[in-house]
Amino acid sequence: MDNKAKSNKEDILSLANSLRWDLGVNFHDTVIESIYNDASKIANKTVRIQGKRPAYSLDLKIDRIVTSPWLGFPIMFLLLALVFWITISGANVPSGLLASLLVDTLHPILKGFAASIGMPWWLDGVLIDGAYLAMAWVIAVMLPPMAIFFPLFTLLEDFGYLPRVAFNMDSLFRKVGAHGKQALTLSMGFGCNAAGVIAARVIDSPRERLIAIITNNFSLCNGRWPTQILIATIFIGGAVPAHLAGLVSAGAVVGIAVLGIGFSLLVSWGLSKSILRGEASAFSLELPPYRPPRILQTLYTSLIDRTIFVLWRAIVFAIPAGILIWLVANVNIGGISLAEHFVQGTAPFAAIFGLNGVILLAYIIAIPANEIVIPTILMLTVLTAGTTGVGEGAGVMFELDSIGDTENLLRAGGWTLLTAINLMLFSLLHNPCSTTIYTIYKETKSLKWTLVSTFLPIALGFIVCFFTTQLWMILMA
Amino acid sequence: MKQQHNCENCPVHHKENLIRLGIAMDRVDYVIALAGNPNTGKSTVFNNLTGLRQHTGNWPGKTVTRAEGGYSFADKRYKVVDLPGTYSLLSTSTDEEVARNFILFGRPDVTVIVVDATRLERNLNLALQILEITDRAVLCLNLMDEARRNHIEIDERALSRELGIPVIPTAARQKEGMPELIAAIEEVASGKFVCKPHKIKSRSLKLNHAIKSLSIKLEQQFPGLPNLNWVALRLLEGDQAIIEAVRTGELGQLKPADFSIPV
Repeated sequence: MDNKAKSNKEDILSLANSLRWDLGVNFHDTVIESIYNDASKIANKTVRIQGKRPAYSLDLKIDRIVTSPWLGFPIMFLLLALVFWITISGANVPSGLLASLLVDTLHPILKGFAASIGMPWWLDGVLIDGAYLAMAWVIAVMLPPMAIFFPLFTLLEDFGYLPRVAFNMDSLFRKVGAHGKQALTLSMGFGCNAAGVIAARVIDSPRERLIAIITNNFSLCNGRWPTQILIATIFIGGAVPAHLAGLVSAGAVVGIAVLGIGFSLLVSWGLSKSILRGEASAFSLELPPYRPPRILQTLYTSLIDRTIFVLWRAIVFAIPAGILIWLVANVNIGGISLAEHFVQGTAPFAAIFGLNGVILLAYIIAIPANEIVIPTILMLTVLTAGTTGVGEGAGVMFELDSIGDTENLLRAGGWTLLTAINLMLFSLLHNPCSTTIYTIYKETKSLKWTLVSTFLPIALGFIVCFFTTQLWMILMA
Repeated sequence: MKQQHNCENCPVHHKENLIRLGIAMDRVDYVIALAGNPNTGKSTVFNNLTGLRQHTGNWPGKTVTRAEGGYSFADKRYKVVDLPGTYSLLSTSTDEEVARNFILFGRPDVTVIVVDATRLERNLNLALQILEITDRAVLCLNLMDEARRNHIEIDERALSRELGIPVIPTAARQKEGMPELIAAIEEVASGKFVCKPHKIKSRSLKLNHAIKSLSIKLEQQFPGLPNLNWVALRLLEGDQAIIEAVRTGELGQLKPADFSIPV
């Protein structure tokens, strides 16, 4: 019975084979043609275009400018810089307000409350100085820039600019042996690398899809923008006259983002010439019409979907991280805390790369979410620099009213312009967050490629920081 | 505008009857698939129907996985599946495969084909391919606002006659035409509107004969298969996925109710 059913199925397939021979070689084309013929007949009967004005004349005019060989890239960078400039200059004031509310006002109230009900010191420390302050920090540092950056980026997306970016970059990606649609996944990565990795499904060829997945981490994700923006504002903006500070720090952030695109291209090239050898495949990309962005709806959905979503994720990860930070800062072995053991132990190693032990420890604690790097760094810096007067004691994430306070603190912790530049580079070039790593594993179903995607960027990060530091030493000596 | 006026007299058109279910989709009566070319506004239609906020963006290829949601209308519960946008059902990339497998094996009760009214001819290529597979479909003629802006006029009645399925002009971004679309889905799902889908006519006699003889064989092996001719054509074209489905017998095992295709 089973055998009979099986042979029937094979009969069907062999009949299909012999019929296919009869139909001749160009039969596939005629099938497609017959569909196109019918579609065109129906369209002719039902569609009428009024007047002589060609459809989308305005779109064509805009496209001629934004995808022109000369103006395409400058316009792209200018738009990107404009978005960052608005973000940087707009986020400072609300950040300060949030910090003074959540940290200056609410934190003492909570502490007072804990004391009044006689909470043991360690529980009060873990919950209020650890978990609560970490969460408060994340909200104060991240909410304002995200609430400005995401709506702006979503407006560009809604308008139809992203495919033009892909169009501009297509030739670059083809030259390095990658798929042109990688420009789209790269753009998605600017929002979130995990989303960018999933977006690589639009790429048909497995080889090119892998390249897109591995290199997606070179797109600065939203968890890393606040780090870039804050450090650039303090150290890069601080190194130039005040009236230029905003522009120069925005320029520095754009510079890092562009460097990321550069690394994306370079690594794609390296991969397609070595372990993922092959030719770039052709594809067609439709440039959709420009659509007037629905401003209110965009504001609403980008606030709810992106800002709150990302913020929530940051808070969820910040709370356990806060507890962890408090513990490593307060559990002592031989009179010094675990954190100080690590920071001092790794200091000579970190110095080779122009970083410090605090940064290394922060990046280990922040593997689940890049968003909490800055709060972690600040807190650990207080500890090891032994700064007094700003904080309330060891292991407490303290209040910082303004970016100026943050600056004083970091400088007291031995930070220089070189440390800042290296942190910005390292923030671009290090392992993806745990969510992205897990997504890469789910998408590739391969441990090997997951490991490559995880360790390739971090190796690159150390190499780049090493050479930057050595070059700096030579030039400054 | 005139049309809407008439519809107000009809009880099923009242928007109050629409209850958006979000992702609460236990006990569904009908499964609806949203298919169409990339960037025609499928996700926007999806959001309008389900009240969900699937991320939308003006670029092709935004939806790569299936999104699911639900709504309830006139005492029936509908599950809506937003498929990745595709230009054809012939290709093999992951996102196109998701869409094709769902329409073929998922056997949705109604497939809503979302097309861009400003690029009707090219969008019809996919619509015609979908009509080869399923005979229960509604054409959602979306982006009518852009068509109007570009002075493109479409004779919806003639289009509906040609395709043999209801044609509903919409502007999903402005939420225009949604009540009419919901009503049309209901009519096709409940069988009040019987579709007579357009079948490709411009084929050679020889090809038609080959399809015929192959589908007779298929009918014997997989009785009740609704899209014999299309499967026959795919076999003739040497489509590996379909050949595999014949060989393993997967093609015949899937019942209309079985829509759990892994993504």
